[in-house]
Amino acid sequence: MDGFMLQFVNGLKTTVLLALVSGALGMALGLLAAAGRLSRWRAVSVMVGFYTTIIRGVPELIIILLIYFGGTVAISAFFGRYVEVNAFLAGVVSLTVVFGAYTAEIFRGAVLSIPTGQIEAARSLGLHPWQAWLLVILPQMLRIALPALANQWISLVKETSLISIVGLTDIMRVAAIGAGSLRAPLTFYLAASALYLALTSLALVIFNLLERRFAVPGR
Amino acid sequence: MHEPTVKELPAHGVRAERIEKRLGGNDVLRGVDLIVRTGEILSILGSSGSGKSTLLRCLNLLTVPDSGDIWVHGEKLAIRSESQHGGQAEILDHRQVRRVRASMGMVFQSFNLWPHMTALENVTEGPVLVKGIRRNAAADLGRHYLAKVGLSDKAGAYPRHLSGGQQQRVAIARALAMEPRVLLFDEPTSALDPELVGEVLRVMATLADEGRTMVIVTHELAFAREVSTRAAFMHRGLIEEESPSQKFFSSPVSGRLRSFLASHR
Repeated sequence: MDGFMLQFVNGLKTTVLLALVSGALGMALGLLAAAGRLSRWRAVSVMVGFYTTIIRGVPELIIILLIYFGGTVAISAFFGRYVEVNAFLAGVVSLTVVFGAYTAEIFRGAVLSIPTGQIEAARSLGLHPWQAWLLVILPQMLRIALPALANQWISLVKETSLISIVGLTDIMRVAAIGAGSLRAPLTFYLAASALYLALTSLALVIFNLLERRFAVPGR
Repeated sequence: MHEPTVKELPAHGVRAERIEKRLGGNDVLRGVDLIVRTGEILSILGSSGSGKSTLLRCLNLLTVPDSGDIWVHGEKLAIRSESQHGGQAEILDHRQVRRVRASMGMVFQSFNLWPHMTALENVTEGPVLVKGIRRNAAADLGRHYLAKVGLSDKAGAYPRHLSGGQQQRVAIARALAMEPRVLLFDEPTSALDPELVGEVLRVMATLADEGRTMVIVTHELAFAREVSTRAAFMHRGLIEEESPSQKFFSSPVSGRLRSFLASHR
């Protein structure tokens, strides 16, 4: 077990890095997609609608496999020889795509819950649509979206474990290797569980702080 | 000498010609003409669904009319009318519209304050973001207008801690802080409890006394009669009768207006 401590630490780093990178990129994608979904341009709205519906309707595991193997096929074809896609990169791409689809719907719902009269008031003063967005929509929308975002981040942390299937050495893979080689599955999977639980608890604490910090004043 | 026609009006005030608007399959406005001269206080009355709010919203293009022309302070607003082939009517010069909107304050039925900002912040953001006034100068300006609506002590309060009447007065201060040339009121007291209507009407009466140009869509007949210089009665998307306030209320011509006035006594 001792030799696995260092491996667990490295796995933990990989898991945290993967979650943070794909979470940040995914939220940016989600914001863009929400804006697209709410756009006046029907074609954009419909396309984003397809994206969120399809991604949310297919198991994450399949998306990961499709992106990993699809990416390998595409890149190999491009270079004319076999190139294997980096597992971390495949993980970032697939989790970003998934996270973006879910957060897009969260952001869209949050935006729609803001009464249109508030936007009209901003427009009636002569504000540019961007100014109205930054002044009225964004600060309220983020507050409304926080609880749902917290849930989504917790899911994301757990979904990173799926990337081990394509060979990423994260917490999950370290546990699986250890469980197999030392024939102590219970010990290793319990250890992995404790690590994931620690990460998700940390995420919860951070989101609770954020919710308190950005609580609607005066409520 | 003759009465000036629409075309000969001096280059100020607001004027709308042949405004048409369909909403949800209904002809809400069916070719309305409207003139608001500078210094005039025009009340627009009519039963609900007569198109009066839509007409008011067309003046600052919160609602874009399907067809018709609008001039504000002598400047014609650039709108493309709805085309025969189903193309939506749209604003052509957004910069112009933002400039014109900044010169026309609007007060809404549902106040529409921003709940995550204090009363003072609600009032100062417009001058800061649209007119580029520095924050401290805007705060002074904001406090001045909050005092004007009788809410000096509520500068730091959030909307949810204010009564409906107070919220509407903050909304009036927000419109005033842009120092607009025209004020548009869209049923400003319709969402208020009866005991809170008076405080809002008193603020509006003060503004009227200052000789401001105001267009007021309202159901408050006694108030309209008291403050307005002219009044218009809308029925089914057209202005049925329009005359100086005195004449409008004491000797209405149209039968519909007479029964409207009688039923709202």
